[in-house]
Amino acid sequence: MRLAGKGLVDRSTPVQFSFDGTTYKGFAGDTVASALLANGVKLMGRSFKYHRPRGVLSAGSEEPNALITTGKGAGQEPNVRATVQEVYDGLVTRSQNAWPSLDFDVMAVNDLGAPFLGAGFYYKTFMWPKRFWEAVYEPVIRKAAGLGALSGKSNEDTYERAYAFCDLLVIGAGPTGLMAALTAARAGADVIIADEDSLLGGRLNAETGAVGHQSGAAWAAAVVAELSSMENVRLMSRTTVTGAYDGGMYGALERVNQHTSHRGGGAPLECFWRISAKHAVLAAGALERPIAFQNNDRPGVMTAGAVRAYLNRWGVTPGKRVAVFGNNDDAHRTARDLAAAGVHVVALIDSRNDVAVPDFDGRVFKGAQVCNAAGRKELESITIRTATGEEALQVDCLAVSGGWNPTVHLTCHMGGRPTWREDIQAFVPTDGSIPNMTVAGACNGVFSTQQCLNDGVEAAKAALKALGKKNADVEVPKAEDAPYQMSPLWAVAGKGRAWLDFQNDVSVKDIKQAAVENFRSVEHMKRYTTQGMATDQGKNSNVAALAMLADATGRGIPETGTTTFRPPYSPVSIAAMGAGAQGHGFAPERWTTSHKRSVEMGAPMIEAGLWYRPSYFPKPGESTWRQSCDREVGYVRNAVGVCDVSTLGKIDIQGPDAAKLLDFVYTNMFSSLKVGRVRYGLMLREDGFVMDDGTTARLGEQHFVMTTTTAAAGNVMRHLEFVTQALHPEWEVSFASVTEQWAQFAVAGPKSRELLNGLLDEPIKGESWPFMACGPVSVVGVEGRLFRISFSGEHAYEIAVPSRYGASLFDILLKRAEEMGGGAYGMEALNVLRIEKGFITHAEIEGRATAFDIGAAKMISAKKDCVGKTMAARPGLVDEDRPQLVGLKPVDAAKQLTAGAHLFERDAEAVRINSKGHVSSVGFSPDLGTMIGLGFFARGPERHGEVIRMVDHLRGVETEVEICHPVFLDPEGERVRG
Amino acid sequence: MVELIQISPCAGLLPITLGSVTLDEQDVGRLTSLSPFGDASDLSAALEKAHGCTWPKPNRSTGKDGGRCIWFGRDEALLIGPAPDMGLAKHGAVVDQSDAWAVVSLAGPGAVDVLARLVPVDLRDAAFKRGHTVRTQVMHMNASITKLGTDHLMIMVFRSMAGTLVYDLKGAMAAVASRG
Repeated sequence: MRLAGKGLVDRSTPVQFSFDGTTYKGFAGDTVASALLANGVKLMGRSFKYHRPRGVLSAGSEEPNALITTGKGAGQEPNVRATVQEVYDGLVTRSQNAWPSLDFDVMAVNDLGAPFLGAGFYYKTFMWPKRFWEAVYEPVIRKAAGLGALSGKSNEDTYERAYAFCDLLVIGAGPTGLMAALTAARAGADVIIADEDSLLGGRLNAETGAVGHQSGAAWAAAVVAELSSMENVRLMSRTTVTGAYDGGMYGALERVNQHTSHRGGGAPLECFWRISAKHAVLAAGALERPIAFQNNDRPGVMTAGAVRAYLNRWGVTPGKRVAVFGNNDDAHRTARDLAAAGVHVVALIDSRNDVAVPDFDGRVFKGAQVCNAAGRKELESITIRTATGEEALQVDCLAVSGGWNPTVHLTCHMGGRPTWREDIQAFVPTDGSIPNMTVAGACNGVFSTQQCLNDGVEAAKAALKALGKKNADVEVPKAEDAPYQMSPLWAVAGKGRAWLDFQNDVSVKDIKQAAVENFRSVEHMKRYTTQGMATDQGKNSNVAALAMLADATGRGIPETGTTTFRPPYSPVSIAAMGAGAQGHGFAPERWTTSHKRSVEMGAPMIEAGLWYRPSYFPKPGESTWRQSCDREVGYVRNAVGVCDVSTLGKIDIQGPDAAKLLDFVYTNMFSSLKVGRVRYGLMLREDGFVMDDGTTARLGEQHFVMTTTTAAAGNVMRHLEFVTQALHPEWEVSFASVTEQWAQFAVAGPKSRELLNGLLDEPIKGESWPFMACGPVSVVGVEGRLFRISFSGEHAYEIAVPSRYGASLFDILLKRAEEMGGGAYGMEALNVLRIEKGFITHAEIEGRATAFDIGAAKMISAKKDCVGKTMAARPGLVDEDRPQLVGLKPVDAAKQLTAGAHLFERDAEAVRINSKGHVSSVGFSPDLGTMIGLGFFARGPERHGEVIRMVDHLRGVETEVEICHPVFLDPEGERVRG
Repeated sequence: MVELIQISPCAGLLPITLGSVTLDEQDVGRLTSLSPFGDASDLSAALEKAHGCTWPKPNRSTGKDGGRCIWFGRDEALLIGPAPDMGLAKHGAVVDQSDAWAVVSLAGPGAVDVLARLVPVDLRDAAFKRGHTVRTQVMHMNASITKLGTDHLMIMVFRSMAGTLVYDLKGAMAAVASRG
């Protein structure tokens, strides 16, 4: 019910939203919870396990009960706390975990079975038969118990990630945080103040006490106004600091548009911030804890502070006949405020005997306890137990306070443990738990407004000192300074279930049961009962639960200890953490200069590292990729083919010691290479296995260009850095990646020279450009480079021009090739061409192959040292029994070969221990009219001509294959020199 | 007559203006990677003599528009603008990189806020002044970012990633613009 003249909501801005299909009215500034309460709706959810009716317990992000689903369709969001979600026009919300409706939930039958469903029931019940767990039990349990669900559709909303930096991060904008931010900001520090609420001010907005000459809320608004006007301050409302990490990094989730209907157009729904702060002040406040008693989960039972918040901030009374039950003076304020607002306060029940109770119009019970509540979907009455007996009171709302727990969570994110304080019966942060963080105010166990204001100033001063900044004059206003007095009361003794963890349906009995069954460690108790394992991480119940455990095990609370607090403080959507990394944002897309043209030609693009390369170029009338691939292979074998090879890594190496570096990183000699010539090189890792291979061209005495495999370019670059920084820092050599500088195309086939000569300003002849020659050329007036190298075994070249001309050169090469009966070829054809010639790629040198394995043992020069040389000589790496490179062809030419298949002796059973090798690459050779492959087989080179078994267990393929020499075509290499 | 046509890395993608921020491709002239074979002092002297800018310290740049030298990594600087004096090659590697990088400028109030969505470095004026430069990341891409003035930054990534650069920046610009 809304009360006239109370609250901070904007009554001039009415808002309509829906809950479970019914439209309700609220005001700007309302949460779903406050607006529903204003409309008299108390039943907001069903509990996780027993499907008990639940209403709102709190007024903040710690809410365990009032979880709703917002939105519709792909954008629907489950498990949103009704106490956090602000209302806006058109907001659609619904309840969760109830069927067919919130009001009548079939699964509430679980509640009747409660005696059998206590802690650990499924460990005991669903053990047999073993295979039933995954197939039957788990799916049924998951269906019966649960929270909201995702839509199952791809989320189309926009999310954002961002970085922020500051001198001082103030976490929490209550009296402590505001005062700390103001003090630091006036001193000129670069300040960020973040608060999870939409309205900054914390408890000041929920209480009636004055600060200085104005109300707490008005004072907070004035400070916020001053801070907003300062250039060195960033105010971040609706922003929850969710985690504290190494190096002064904090994670924070901002609800950017969760409170508006604004979607699309790039507007983010949420933003996940990474805030780098030199210093932090934690002013996160405290959370009020309930007291456990029988049926204390009935809708209408709320924390006393929440009742005050609804009353003072939102102008809503959650009930017409309210009782207040507490073990501390703070609870008295609820009775006082309600009475002052004209709400009928039936009774104030204080568990303490010797306590001063303020003047008050209702009944007062001292030394009394509430021991039961009645009413199923709405609280109807409570039972009070006094020294003289029990008495029932008709109430529709009970405000409960069991004291306050400082919000220590963030201080424990780096492994810190909180410290127990007997006087306030609560844990407080342990000093130094987070480097460069000062804890202040209620989250440090300081509970009066005055002391919070003072503490905020002190924390800021400490931060300013650490930052080396001078203090500014800040006057601390006068505020309420009542001492916090309480006497511990965790649970009221009695029969029935008294709830501790509302969200996971864990009762006092469950904790005791855990102790009885010897789950005495707090971590064991947590997992056995599931207490604290729900989305609220037990914010309302952790301390009470371990107090119960302490009691049941005869230990004190500090000895019992707490479970581990982990980030995030409150739930963070994965969409926000991974913002921007969907679709095109998943990884950078590296496009060659011929990309556009290739796509226009219909080429399916495949990824090689981050690069996109054309798989093949389909022509009209071709219905399979094989047809295209065979045709393209034919271009190269019979006419001329053009292929973009710009993606291969190109590293420019210069300096007096450039040749030394190459001799050291390659197994073979490069210092002897003549200028204007190219040589193939093999590179080993330090452990002696093959790292990469490629060609290196000598452009000058001290100038080389190394090429690497496309996907290995980064690794090779890193390897060169390692060698020149760590092994030979004395060498005068520099290197730079020039992969992107040059667009490079392979022009391969018998007509390749003819094609090039139409473009080169000075045509080349056989003798001037023999096989493995290289040098500068002028390509239609543009300075380029030409390399006579071949990856197809044909007479071939690679021609390079600066990338700005790449697209144009590709078009010209293509046009000319087509005129000569050739054309573009893609990765599939390239693969077939190189397998026919027995050339290896990273399908062969995949990290486990040695130079010996690929038949290149002799490439490790005996005349010099190189990286990996010693290790490559280990007996195990040159063992004749190692699988070694071979060619493979099916005995029946029509049969299939598959890459990844294993190789066995002809008469051996195809099981793991009999595997003698595997197939690494396969392709269909149009020239040979059969599939051919490369692979590794034990003592393979000795066994050419023998027949073995190829078995692909994954694809279900078995083929008899003949071992042969890995070079299938033109073994003498006549074509390449032609 | 056959002719090779030049195409810039961001051709057809830019400019884009969203809110108060404009993203545009920059033609900065020649890009030359310089890297001394040993100590940088000889190269620095030659550089100053030929192009009027000294060897930059880490995270700093020297010179000005038309002849700028930015720190580009360990023992590496990038000369931006003029064709390099080949006398420099005596003291270190001189490598043409004019076609290797996509160079864009992001300018206008809020440009730093846009980059705060993608770059894990404080680029605000107080920490990152005019002439400061950094090798860092733009989303997932390795990048070089140089402050040319308040709300004016030069961003470089590999040429092949120009499309992704524009995609990422456009998303961040839209997000910042939506906040008004």
